[in-house]
Amino acid sequence: MNPQLRRRFASAALIVGFFVAWELLCLAFGIKDIVLPRPSQIVVTLGQRMPAIWPHALQTLYTTLIGFALGIVAGVFLGALVGSSKLAYDVAYPLLVGFSSIPKVAVVPIFVLWFGAGTIPAVLTAMILCIFPIVVNVATGLATTEPELEDVMRALKASKLDILANVGLPRTMPYFFASLKVAVTQAFVGTVIAETVASNRGIGNLMMIASSSFDVPLVFAGLLILAVLGVALYVIFSFIEARVTGWAHRKDEFAMG
Amino acid sequence: MLAPVPDSRARVDAFVELQNVTHTYGRGDKEVRALDATDLRIEKGDFIALVGPSGCGKSTILKLVTGLINASSGCVFVAGREVTAEPVRVGMAFQNPTLLPWLTLRDNVMLPLKIVAPFRQEYRAKRRSEFRDRVDALLVQVGLAGFADKHPWQLSGGMMQRASLCRALVHEPQLLMLDEPFGALDQFTREELWGIMQDLWMTRRPTVLLVTHDLKEAAYLANRICVMQARPGRIIQESAVDFSRPRTIALSYDPDFVTLTQRLRELIMRPAKETVQ
Repeated sequence: MNPQLRRRFASAALIVGFFVAWELLCLAFGIKDIVLPRPSQIVVTLGQRMPAIWPHALQTLYTTLIGFALGIVAGVFLGALVGSSKLAYDVAYPLLVGFSSIPKVAVVPIFVLWFGAGTIPAVLTAMILCIFPIVVNVATGLATTEPELEDVMRALKASKLDILANVGLPRTMPYFFASLKVAVTQAFVGTVIAETVASNRGIGNLMMIASSSFDVPLVFAGLLILAVLGVALYVIFSFIEARVTGWAHRKDEFAMG
Repeated sequence: MLAPVPDSRARVDAFVELQNVTHTYGRGDKEVRALDATDLRIEKGDFIALVGPSGCGKSTILKLVTGLINASSGCVFVAGREVTAEPVRVGMAFQNPTLLPWLTLRDNVMLPLKIVAPFRQEYRAKRRSEFRDRVDALLVQVGLAGFADKHPWQLSGGMMQRASLCRALVHEPQLLMLDEPFGALDQFTREELWGIMQDLWMTRRPTVLLVTHDLKEAAYLANRICVMQARPGRIIQESAVDFSRPRTIALSYDPDFVTLTQRLRELIMRPAKETVQ
């Protein structure tokens, strides 16, 4: 068995083992499903209530993706601005750190105040949660571009835009994609926070209602849906990352392929 | 020292001309005068080498002529015009290969065609046909046949440096700037690349300005060698190199060649104050 296959097998075994252990511990100690439902109960609940859960899952996914897309646009734009020069980087960085250290939950009520409850605060919360990793990474990638590479372009009398398009942005791609993987999971966090606080749709809202009626298996079913969606998006972006920025990892399989 | 020649006709035959150029890095207490009142004229199609100790302003001259930095005072003309306004195509190779790691060798070498007029207008149409053939032919010429689809990190330092030379030449520059491009290579690769460089110069006839620490390299490749002195950096002597071309490595054991490199060496090693007239 080759090492890569063994690694995959081991992580799959760990995941399955985790759920099996959970199931067995619940059975062994007789834990009631109002405290901690067993995985099998969660799956059954998920199957039975799927028609009711499905619209909420779609709403959450939709909100997250819109927030994420807006976050990418704004994040890349701000990142390019901040990373465009050493001066801009040094000047803007403290403000950026200040903003990013605000707990984002705290801004949800402000959005609700401005836009009312519903989809818009959720989209905005998802956006601001995923914006900072992107800005910081894009700016760092641009600001750390080797001056020698820029000199190659400047000797060719390339314009600033040419340099950005041919050196700055490609050089930044590994940083950008690394930030996307973080950002997409952050966007989910943002959406769910906003949905629990102020919305009448979405998985966050579903879980709030379920927990207030002590429907604990449904709460966990919601969690499971969130985990699956988050992992799926993470996998998609990892895949794109590997295709686009393989050069930065210098694997022979990529280079030969 | 030559008096500045302001009359424009004199500038036409000199392809590159530095008039009373000085350059200082830094400000205030940290100010370092890298280049002191330098005049230099290079004819079109000539091959000039700049030699001298570290910190004598060799690379500064190169950067001034390329327009990467601006002179603190004095004038730099290329093809009869101020350096920043010139329409001249420039190729540059550095001591490090500076290839872009995310591109294949072919795309790296093709980069100038994507940027520089008049090629950039035709880039989309020709990058899979004419330009591709041109790049591949150039790679073959420097001994990189079959490596066009490799990425830079899959190659040795010498191979990357060859590709870097191709990139400096692919857009048929009128002016070729070489900043110690063979400095980090082993002796055998270096001598092989001297031969390749000489072939490329003889077939294409760009105007070349080579910065080097290696006196043998300067004497092998150049038509004229400018010896520089450090602190403050200035040109103290220019020697013509008259050996017939194509030159070979065997020439470097010729008594005249050895005498020339020894004389250059003594000039550079001599304490600065003795050389001041």
